[in-house]
Order: sequence, then C-alpha cells, then structure tokens
Amino acid sequence: MTREDTLTAVRRSLDAATRWRWWEMVLGALAIASWWLVGEHALLANEIAILALFAVSLDLVLGYAGIVSLGHAAFFGLGAYTAALFAKLVTPDPLVGLAAAIAAAAVLGSVSSVLILRGSDLARLMVTLGVALVLYELANKLDWLTGGADGLQGVVMGPLLGRFDFDLYGRTAYGYSLVVLVVCVLIARCVVQSPFGVSLKALRDNRLRAMSIGLSVPWRLAAAYTFAAALAGAAGALLAQTSGFASLDVLDFHRSADVLLVLVIGGTGYLYGGIFGAIAFRLLHDLVSAWTPQYWTFWLGLFLVVLMLIGRDRLVRPWAWWSRS
Amino acid sequence: MLTLLFDGIAYGMLLFVLAVGLAVTLGLMNFINLAHGAFAMAGGYVTVLLMSRFGVPFLATLPAAFVLTALAGALLERTLYRPMYTKPHLDQVLFSIGLVFMASAAVDYLVGSQQQIVQLPAYLEGRFDLQVVGIGKYRLFIIVLCALLTVALQAVLSRTRFGSRLRASVDDPRVASGLGINVNRVFLLTFTVGSGLAGLGGALGAEVLGLDPSFPLKFMIYFLIVVSVGGTTTITGPLLAALLLGVADVFGKYYVPKLGAFIVYVLMIVILSWRPQGLFGRAATR
Repeated sequence: MTREDTLTAVRRSLDAATRWRWWEMVLGALAIASWWLVGEHALLANEIAILALFAVSLDLVLGYAGIVSLGHAAFFGLGAYTAALFAKLVTPDPLVGLAAAIAAAAVLGSVSSVLILRGSDLARLMVTLGVALVLYELANKLDWLTGGADGLQGVVMGPLLGRFDFDLYGRTAYGYSLVVLVVCVLIARCVVQSPFGVSLKALRDNRLRAMSIGLSVPWRLAAAYTFAAALAGAAGALLAQTSGFASLDVLDFHRSADVLLVLVIGGTGYLYGGIFGAIAFRLLHDLVSAWTPQYWTFWLGLFLVVLMLIGRDRLVRPWAWWSRS
Repeated sequence: MLTLLFDGIAYGMLLFVLAVGLAVTLGLMNFINLAHGAFAMAGGYVTVLLMSRFGVPFLATLPAAFVLTALAGALLERTLYRPMYTKPHLDQVLFSIGLVFMASAAVDYLVGSQQQIVQLPAYLEGRFDLQVVGIGKYRLFIIVLCALLTVALQAVLSRTRFGSRLRASVDDPRVASGLGINVNRVFLLTFTVGSGLAGLGGALGAEVLGLDPSFPLKFMIYFLIVVSVGGTTTITGPLLAALLLGVADVFGKYYVPKLGAFIVYVLMIVILSWRPQGLFGRAATR
C-alpha cells in the first residue's frame, strides 16, 4: 500500500463518521413532526426537550471528555437564574436572555475547568460537586437577589421574536425548546465530529497516549468543559423562561444525579443518548410516580443498582444480552 | 469561644468515626462508595427504634448498632459490592447513589419521614460549667469514646498482623496478593468493621446531627470531604481533616451564619485544587 492509498483510506474512514445516517434523518423528522403530534402533552414534551439538552451537554463532558461530574446542575442552575433575573431586571425578551444565560454558564465553565484538570476521579467528583454546592448556598443566601428558598418569582417573559406569546398549554414553549435543542445538537454534532472532537475521544480513551502524540490535554478539556457548560446553561435558561420561575431546585444535587441517570439510560458517547434517555427517563418517572408517588426513588435506586450490576452497556446494546461480558 | 472549639472537636471526632470506614474502602479498593451514609443512617435507626420500641437503654443500643450495621455491611459486600470493584468509577458512583435512594425510600416507608429524637439518659444531659468553658456531657462522652476508638484503630493498624496486611493491600493489592495475603478477605473484614463504625457513628450522632431519611444524602458530602481532603493513605489524615472540618463548620455557623456551609465548600475546592491527593495523602502511584 502506498502512502497515497493510506491517506485516502484514512480520509474515507473519517468522512464516513461524519456522514448523515438514515436514523438521524428520521430522528430529525420526528422532532419536527412532534410539534404537531404532542397535542395536550406539550408541557411534558417541553420538559423532555429541556432534560434532553441538559443530558446532551453532560454527554460532552462524560462521554467525550471522560470526566465524571456530579455537579453539572451548577451550570443548569446558573443558566436558569441568569435567564430569570435577566428577564426581571433587564429585558423580557427570551432570546437575549438565553444568550445571557449561555454566556454566564460558559464563563463559569471556563473558570471552573481549571479545577478539573488535576487529580483523580474522586478529587474531580468532589470539586464538581463542590462548585454546585457553592452555587446552591449562594442562591440560598442571597435572598434579596434570588428570593432564597422561596424561589425567584414575578418573572414575566415577553413574546418570542416579539410575536409568539408563551401560552398556558406550552405550545410556544415546546416549539422554542425544540428549536433550541435541535440547533444545539447540530452545533454539538459539528464539534464532536471535527478534529477537535476526535482528539477529545482520543484523550478520553488513553490520556497518556494522547499526550504523547502531541495533543494539548488541559486546553482541550477546558474547551470541552466550557462548551458543555454553555449548553447546560441554555437548558437551564429554557426551563426558567418556559416556566417563568427559578427556584433552588434547579441547583439541587438531585438534578445532577438525575441527568447522570438519563445519560446512562440513553448511553454515553454518541450524542443522541441524552435524547433517548430523557424520553425514557421522563416516561418511566411518570409511570412509577403515578403508581407510588412517595416512594418512587426506591424503584429508581433499584433500577440503578440492577443496571450497574448487569452492566450499563447492555441497555443500549440488546444484542449483547446473552453474551458473556 | 472555647466552648465552640470543644463542640467543633466533638463534631469532628464524630465525623471521623463516620468516615473512617469510607477512607479505608476507598484507599483499599479504589471504590467510590457514596452509600456509606446509608450505613450510618441504619445505625442511627437501630438505636432510635431499640430505645423507643423496646425500651433498651441508650448505652446498650450502641454495640447493637455497631453489630447490626456491620452484619449488613458484610452481607452487602459479599452480594452486591464485590462485582462492582472492577467497574469504572461512573458505574460505582451510580450504583452507590442507587443504594442511597433505596435506603432513604425504604426508611421513609418503614419508619416515616419525620425527624427522629433520641432521648439521652439523664447522666449524659446537661453540661459542666467551668470558668472559661462549658462542656456538654454528651459532647465529652462522644470525644472520649471516639478518641478511644481512634487509638484502638491506630493500634490495630500499626501493631497487629491484620493491620500490616491491610496496609500492604492498600499500598498495592496485586503485590499483596502475590505475597499470599487474601486481599478479598482483608477487604471483607475492613468493609464490615468500616460499616459497623459508620453505624456506631450514626447512633452516636443521631442526637447531634439529626436523623431522618435524607441523612445519607445530607452528610454524604461531609464524609467525602473528610476522605478526599484527608487522603486515603493514612488514618491520621482523615482524622485531622475531620477535626478541621468540624471546627470550621461550627465556627462558621456561629460567627457568620449568613454564609452557612459556604466556607466549608470553598475551602474544600481550594484545598483539592491545590493538592488533589488530599492534604495529608501521598501522590497516587497507580
């Protein structure tokens, strides 16, 4: 094989990874069609879209950069509070608020990315968790700004693009969240399939080797973390804007744990896992909590334990159920 | 001032007893066990239920709390935990969070979600008021008991054959098993004693820390701070970290109540980004 042949083969295999698959097309078509199909369940669909965006952003950190984070809610919550405060104090226009929330979350992401570059998994776990807790405490104590434990009330959103009002049934809200989700996923897809994304996967799989072929690991991790933080901020902003409310709940530990679970259900490292996981998680949640509202966390816990014992890969790869791991 | 320091030390000692099992688990098997608080909660509930339902005196419930949670720990280690040791950290985190959720919901279902109250015996209530310092009797009891436990643990670790096996396994499990040490059995024993200690700590702390089904989640972060700041290679590291945390927390809550736990978290982030292996830990070699 000559050098030219090798180069063509490499180029072809890299190109094949970026091509649009048929199921991606179907997924896109379904997403667009869903706006007409949801009917009265628009509010639920809106929640799913927001959760999906949040999970996709965590996938960039966890599935691509390989950082186990227990504090991803920090960015979600910061986005939510920024968007709500922005609407209350500056301008009620949703799109400007969304941009502000993304910017705020990205700044926090780039600052805190310094903290996750060093140390073991445990130290990183603690630092991510710590950042989320610090924000939680801040939101709790700065009650003149955030409303403390009562939540930030009195947020009135202006109409979207100056034309579409947010209605009671959540049609506008769902359309808005869906568009943001699709745009964010498209951007994330470009990023993930760029040389930058490929290098992220390389350093996730083997950091030592990635370093020795000359990849700058800290810079890449910081960039991925910042980008994911921005997406999580967008998800938080969507929640605050479509519900007109921001409370301490958006920064809670539960939210970080839930989104990890969502991602694990959907599968990590292929970008769409967050979306499938969000749909499955939300439906599962509604099903179980309708059956036993107070104790549904028990079944959630049981599900997690069993899933981890049998191996989480098998959920997304049914054909591997009967083979030995 | 001195009273606060005293309370802080009592709190820190309590945290140490609660978290020391976690430190050994983490150091030995590199297993991130977020469910450690569930054992502490179990111990607390053993004490509360024995006292309120069966009228067992407080002191007699403490060994019961230790033994029952140790048995539960041993059982869980053999059945559920062992397959998880080789899994990635993400799986371990999710697995143990799942256990926490299950434990909280189960306790909520069986006992109810209200805060449990421990009725201390009369001789442990009240305080000695000296010139400069007021010493709560129960706090003093906690400190003495935990100090004795710490000395005993340290003696076991440094003087006995089991201790040297344990230290060898922590340093390098593969070489240790190559030398004929049954690492699995060492670990089972350690896990058992560690969960027993957590149960004892939970029983002791039920009056100080409060006890309700959200206990494991509420204090998980404190245990993890103790372990990650103290490092997992020694037993004195977590002890110092626990004392530091206890004193800082009590002082912070007294002098600047507006900031709450804020100081503790910021301190942790700073320490961990400065020394990721913990204040007193050696750099990881593997």
